[in-house]
Amino acid sequence: MKTLMQAGLMLLLSLVPAWAQETGPVQSILQENRHLIEKSSRKTIQPAIDALASSGLPQAQAVLEAWQGKDMWQVKDTGLFYRGEKDGDAYRLTDFDSGAAIGRFDKGDLDQLKPNSGIRALMATALVAFQLNDPDPARRTDAISSLQRDPGAQHLEPLRASIAGETDPNMKAQKRRLERLLTAAYDKDISMRVMAINAMRGDLGVDVRATLNPLVTTRLDMAEGDTPPAKTNVARILKPGTDDLPRLEAYDMLAAAGKAPPRVDRDTIRNTLSNNIMDGRVGGVPLAQLDTETGRIRAYTALAKDGTVPSFVVDNDINSALQGHVFYEVYAEKDKAVTDAAVKTLRAIQTRVGLMQALDLTLDALSLASIYFLAAIGLAITFGVMGVINMAHGEFIMMGAYTGYVVQQFIPNHTASILVAIPLAFAVTFAAGVAMERLVIRWLYHRPLETLLATFGISIALQQLAKNIFGTQARPLTAPGWLDGAWVMNDVVSISYIRIAIFVLGLLFLGVFLFIMKKTRLGLETRAVTQNPRMAASMGINPGRVNMLTFGLGSGIAGIAGVAIGLFAKVTSELGSDYIVQSFMTVVVGGVGNIWGTLAGATMIGFFQKGIEWFKPSNTLAAQTYMIIFIIIFIQFRPRGIIALKGRAAGD
Amino acid sequence: MRQSFIQKNPSILIFLACLALFTLLVTVASEGFGLGFISTSFVKTLGKTLCLCLVAVAMDLIWGYTGILSLGHFAFFGLGGYMIGMWLMYERTRLIVVEALAQSDIPPTPEEVVSGIGSQIFGVVGSSDSPLIWSFAHSLPLQLALVVLVPGLLALIFGWLAFRSRVTGVYLSILTQAMTLALALYLFQNDSGLRGNNGLSGLQNLPGVSAGQDQVSLWFFWASALALGLGYLLAAWITSGKFGSIIRGIRDNESRVRFLGYSVEVYKLAVFTITAMIAGIAGALYYPQAGIINPAEVAPIASIYLAVWVAIGGRGRLYGAVIGAGFVSLVSTWFTGGQAPDIPLGFYTIKWVDWWLILLGLSFVAVTLFAPKGIGGLFDLLKKERAK
Repeated sequence: MKTLMQAGLMLLLSLVPAWAQETGPVQSILQENRHLIEKSSRKTIQPAIDALASSGLPQAQAVLEAWQGKDMWQVKDTGLFYRGEKDGDAYRLTDFDSGAAIGRFDKGDLDQLKPNSGIRALMATALVAFQLNDPDPARRTDAISSLQRDPGAQHLEPLRASIAGETDPNMKAQKRRLERLLTAAYDKDISMRVMAINAMRGDLGVDVRATLNPLVTTRLDMAEGDTPPAKTNVARILKPGTDDLPRLEAYDMLAAAGKAPPRVDRDTIRNTLSNNIMDGRVGGVPLAQLDTETGRIRAYTALAKDGTVPSFVVDNDINSALQGHVFYEVYAEKDKAVTDAAVKTLRAIQTRVGLMQALDLTLDALSLASIYFLAAIGLAITFGVMGVINMAHGEFIMMGAYTGYVVQQFIPNHTASILVAIPLAFAVTFAAGVAMERLVIRWLYHRPLETLLATFGISIALQQLAKNIFGTQARPLTAPGWLDGAWVMNDVVSISYIRIAIFVLGLLFLGVFLFIMKKTRLGLETRAVTQNPRMAASMGINPGRVNMLTFGLGSGIAGIAGVAIGLFAKVTSELGSDYIVQSFMTVVVGGVGNIWGTLAGATMIGFFQKGIEWFKPSNTLAAQTYMIIFIIIFIQFRPRGIIALKGRAAGD
Repeated sequence: MRQSFIQKNPSILIFLACLALFTLLVTVASEGFGLGFISTSFVKTLGKTLCLCLVAVAMDLIWGYTGILSLGHFAFFGLGGYMIGMWLMYERTRLIVVEALAQSDIPPTPEEVVSGIGSQIFGVVGSSDSPLIWSFAHSLPLQLALVVLVPGLLALIFGWLAFRSRVTGVYLSILTQAMTLALALYLFQNDSGLRGNNGLSGLQNLPGVSAGQDQVSLWFFWASALALGLGYLLAAWITSGKFGSIIRGIRDNESRVRFLGYSVEVYKLAVFTITAMIAGIAGALYYPQAGIINPAEVAPIASIYLAVWVAIGGRGRLYGAVIGAGFVSLVSTWFTGGQAPDIPLGFYTIKWVDWWLILLGLSFVAVTLFAPKGIGGLFDLLKKERAK
């Protein structure tokens, strides 16, 4: 092939005039199309660009790029084209073929080629073909992504031609996909388009839907008679008076098209009346009577009878006007085979998208549930096991988050700082919990309502303290780089790594909790003290110490949860109070005193809230409202929660 | 002859006398009718404080006497405010719209007036129609009835659900808190029909009244004092007789009262509903003096503060609730209003605006731990001293 072309060129060279023999092949092509190039216009330039693009010469791309970038200059004497570079007052020219320097020229000896934007667009199309075949993979990727952003009918052919020569399998797949999309949208051959559309069935990509949706967009149209005019690709016929096309809207369409007199609305009536006041009357009706709709219509009809204003459109007029017309939706795409295939394919895609969205929602709900679980697990110890209502639990979460923030001020490496922050947050909130238990709570073990109020007092004090120290604006707690981004299954289903991390952390906590409660001495003692403090004490357990440690443990876990929550939520002094009611709900709904209950409660609340958001999207407030109402009702039926303790363990 | 409950309990008369004297003094010292020692805005503050005392009395009735720590009574308070606010806002907007429409050549139709009011009030939430819950907003008597009925009905339904399934103690507290949160979240929505985040505003202007704020503020002050006096009497009457004994019995040992054959749920429900209605009335008097109501007022934290006031004042005694609410809310206003002098420590200046809440929180812990009877407990000490 190449030799053949070279042979052809040789032949060409032997025939062309003298100037061609001393110059390279691109220069000869340029010279052949010299007149087109010199007096270029969008309408005439195409053959010149085609000649360059189809020459198969590697220099052709450079020529096109230079030309597009207004870097191509013509020497006035010889008429030869060169790449020009500004050098002081003059320009240094280089040959396109050999790359050899031609010399410095004054500006007066040169003509700059200034293609207009229309021509540059044509060149860009031609260049795409080169870029798609460029040996540099980065440039090929650029070309592909520019095509993905802004596809056009003219790109189809160069793209097709480039597929065979593509060596990178990944890029080849991308090109094939792009080719299919372009075929579906722009190919002249209808059967090819239908085939391409059918092949996309079940593809979840956003690009597929972005290609197919314009094919099935419709616009509302109308025509006289009973049936739409032939040769229109009708999507469906609408009957005026249905939800899709209200009667008045249909009539307004007719009015807008000038096929019926426009309706007279309230404002028009009002303005007409006030413009036609004569001697305190309008159309013979006294002004004082115009304070009702009927009075105004009477006056207007009287005016209309005189012919001073357009007549009032009554129901009968609307009906007769609508009867003489047919209303229908027509596809923007003219070919029925294409739209049918597109509708079918889109429907198949929709089904799959729906399924995938359900999956995505499930993942979201699971992630929300793990957040609630994380916020509530400390409470499951202090409230669930010990029965202490700690309203300052939310503030322990907040303290954990602020600890993370402070650590990041000292350790800039995010991964290291999180690793330091987690045990430190545990230590800080453990200490705070122990102090609170020793100073306040232990005096109030038999007065739960007072515990609630006292801990609430601590909660407002801590919140205000945080506000005094850190200010009211949100502080950043940045996740390490490897937690950025999301795990993308396809264009519909994705979940961020932070959420996965929180889910894992929730599971980890569950394990730790179970281990401590079931397998350690502290857990055994805690259970003993909760069930019967006196008996436990007589067995040699120090209830005071156990209560202190257990409360500290619950608080410490809240601190770790705070670090995790701070990674995705804003760290403010109100961070904790955002979660406190939900956390208590989680524990109460799940069943007090049982970690599995807390898990079930969190799962139920998470799924329920996401479920409501599914029915009422973009309204988180409403979802939360309904969720709380649902919980209140739920507690009617299971006052002791999902998993209720029975027998002696239930206490009371 | 049977003694009336007032004769049995002299503190009621003392309280009423104090209230009357206080009202008289404020009136004499006010700008509107008196010597001008007390500014209009401070009259409003005092009037608002009286309303808070009234809701504190209701709180004492439900918590101090019946033993139900409701964290939802400020929601009822807010609902009462919303109900009266609807009329105030509607009527005022109606007058403005009618006046604007009267400028044109032809008289307005009722439809034009209604749609004008709708777009005036609901323009901020991107709507122009009055929602269904505003159907009665045009009528003052109906809206006044709703001030009592809406909180009462909500309390009745919620209380029936909660007491029926024997939710008690802290669980009930958390449940009432959840109810408050749900209400606040609902009100925060723009399509709640109550202007969402914006709330209702301009409530200090009484439609159709040309008197200045200095006089209007006194009217509301008198109304608040009257309401507090009546509410106090009602509460004292409720707690005095057999009914009072039973609810105190429920507070001290619910099961025992139940086993004696009393229908505990009915008593609890009655107190819960009555106190919700009192809270609604208090709110309806409070917000016209405050001038604005928005969903943040209903947030759970407000109801907890209410409990704080009653606890600090001393629960289980009605004057304790009044003292607590009056004292703490006035001191709060003083500290957070920036009037309290800052304390320079050399290295750090204590700004009361920042530190007041910490002080309040800690003093609350202290009261719970060391003085469960609150400020009211001081009177017991006095009595003991005199007995010696």
